[in-house]
Amino acid sequence: MDQLLIGLLVISGLAALLAALLEVAHRFLADYGECKILVNQEKELTVIGGSPLLFTLAGEGIFVPSACGGRGTCAYCKVKVLEGGGPVLPTELPYLSKEEQEAGVRISCQVKVRNDLKIQIPEELFLIKEFKARVASLFPLTETIKGLRLEILTPEEGIKFKPGQYVQLEIPKYKQTKGTEFRAYSIASSAEVQEAIELMITRVPDGAVSVYVHDYLKESQEVTFRGPFGDFRLQDSDREILLIATGSGLAPIRSILFQLEKDQSPRKTTFFFGARTAKELMYFEELKGLEGKLPDFEFVPVLSRITEKDAWEGEKGRVTDLIERRVEEGAAKDVYICGNPDMVEDCVELLKAKGIPEERIFFDKFA
Amino acid sequence: MEQLGLGTLFFAAIFTNNILLTNFLGLCPFLAISRDKKSALGLGAAVVFVMACTTALNHLVYHLLLVPLDLVHFRFIIFIVVIAAFVQLVELVVERFFTPLYYVLGIFLPLITVNCAILGASLFMIIRGYSLFQAVAYGAGSGIGWMLAIIAVGAIREKLQKTAKLPQSLEGPAITLLITGMMSLAFMAFSGMIQIQ
Repeated sequence: MDQLLIGLLVISGLAALLAALLEVAHRFLADYGECKILVNQEKELTVIGGSPLLFTLAGEGIFVPSACGGRGTCAYCKVKVLEGGGPVLPTELPYLSKEEQEAGVRISCQVKVRNDLKIQIPEELFLIKEFKARVASLFPLTETIKGLRLEILTPEEGIKFKPGQYVQLEIPKYKQTKGTEFRAYSIASSAEVQEAIELMITRVPDGAVSVYVHDYLKESQEVTFRGPFGDFRLQDSDREILLIATGSGLAPIRSILFQLEKDQSPRKTTFFFGARTAKELMYFEELKGLEGKLPDFEFVPVLSRITEKDAWEGEKGRVTDLIERRVEEGAAKDVYICGNPDMVEDCVELLKAKGIPEERIFFDKFA
Repeated sequence: MEQLGLGTLFFAAIFTNNILLTNFLGLCPFLAISRDKKSALGLGAAVVFVMACTTALNHLVYHLLLVPLDLVHFRFIIFIVVIAAFVQLVELVVERFFTPLYYVLGIFLPLITVNCAILGASLFMIIRGYSLFQAVAYGAGSGIGWMLAIIAVGAIREKLQKTAKLPQSLEGPAITLLITGMMSLAFMAFSGMIQIQ
């Protein structure tokens, strides 16, 4: 009996001693104390170290874009770290080109703040804010796509963005998710309107945010979003404009069209909008109506799954067929494509084959 | 085992009774991390540290605690707990001060806990009745021997990668095992040279 007790006591005692030792070591080694981050040589932040740079900056109100939420898979969160970033990690290398590595560009969700840092971020990031908004309306656009109109509550000035940019919509934890989730959606409304934005959200089966928006979100509910992000936007030039979109890819294109309408741009603009059936042509009347409102605009919807029964007089096939049929060799156009990645890649190949240089093709892949 | 000189024991643990090539202990991280010299060196250094410290610690715990209190039958669980605590400590230090190495080693750093070479060294030390200094010499030597083996195979694999055209089925673990086997064969020539039992 004594022997058993002694045995139990010794093992427990030894384990407890080692556990205590480890706790002390952990406190000492994992405590990074206060760290100073100098941003763009002007703003100095004092933060508690130990977290990845992406989240540390977000905690200070600087929102670096991230599509994967800090898991190290999207490479949207690149930040130039001039000093104090430590060695580049193997998890970052696949996403950094040689020039980027030499310039000190890092994947900020992988860089842990352990000491003072000097970083450089694009000025535009300072414009990115967190917004609280109310769901003004939620309406079906097609069987799988819903339109969402959000009226901004804070900040009061609303949002300033360039047509083509996107926001990161955040949803609270619900039964399909482990915590809050956020995903990127392009703004579909005019940049002239700053107090509200519209988004187009396609329901993805098992998608965290899209399922929530389609099945759980209610009108008058409050949501949070961050933005604006992204470089997909209209480039200034004299060339003609060709816009191509399918499905919710319409969102940034619609915002760009509103900009062209406001500017009354004389540039010849054509829009190829692909869908399967006439029911899926969202905002058909509105887009057709723009032909009368812009100096030189042609709306070309194309349907891929019509049958003889449907009364469709317009183009048949896919947007790629339209490129074949309607784009001349070596045309002097700037092309903007938005939609699913496969469609975008097919279009880019076809356009390059038609002699349109890569620098004039701009796209936003919606994965 | 008083006759065995510390220097001889140290030398024997590295070369003639190499824990990996002669006793075949510690092969799993060996196969995974011997891809390039840098990570092999990193893991090897961690193993040397853990092996030297835990053989010494386990010797103290065994002779000062378990034997006097007649708790020798607890030696396995106690040794594993000591080794595990040590490896946890090493992981904390590596994560803080050698971060790239931490990510390259990945899961194989905590797996040092169950690296049979580590427990094996402690158990050999008990079975062969080494004194404390002999235990340290043996532990450090075994660790260094393991590290030399992994670096040697790592260097051979790196060179093979650049110069030899391997059939696809042989790449990776297959060729590593073949190389390790051949090195073991060579080391068999040392058997019986120095008696450290």
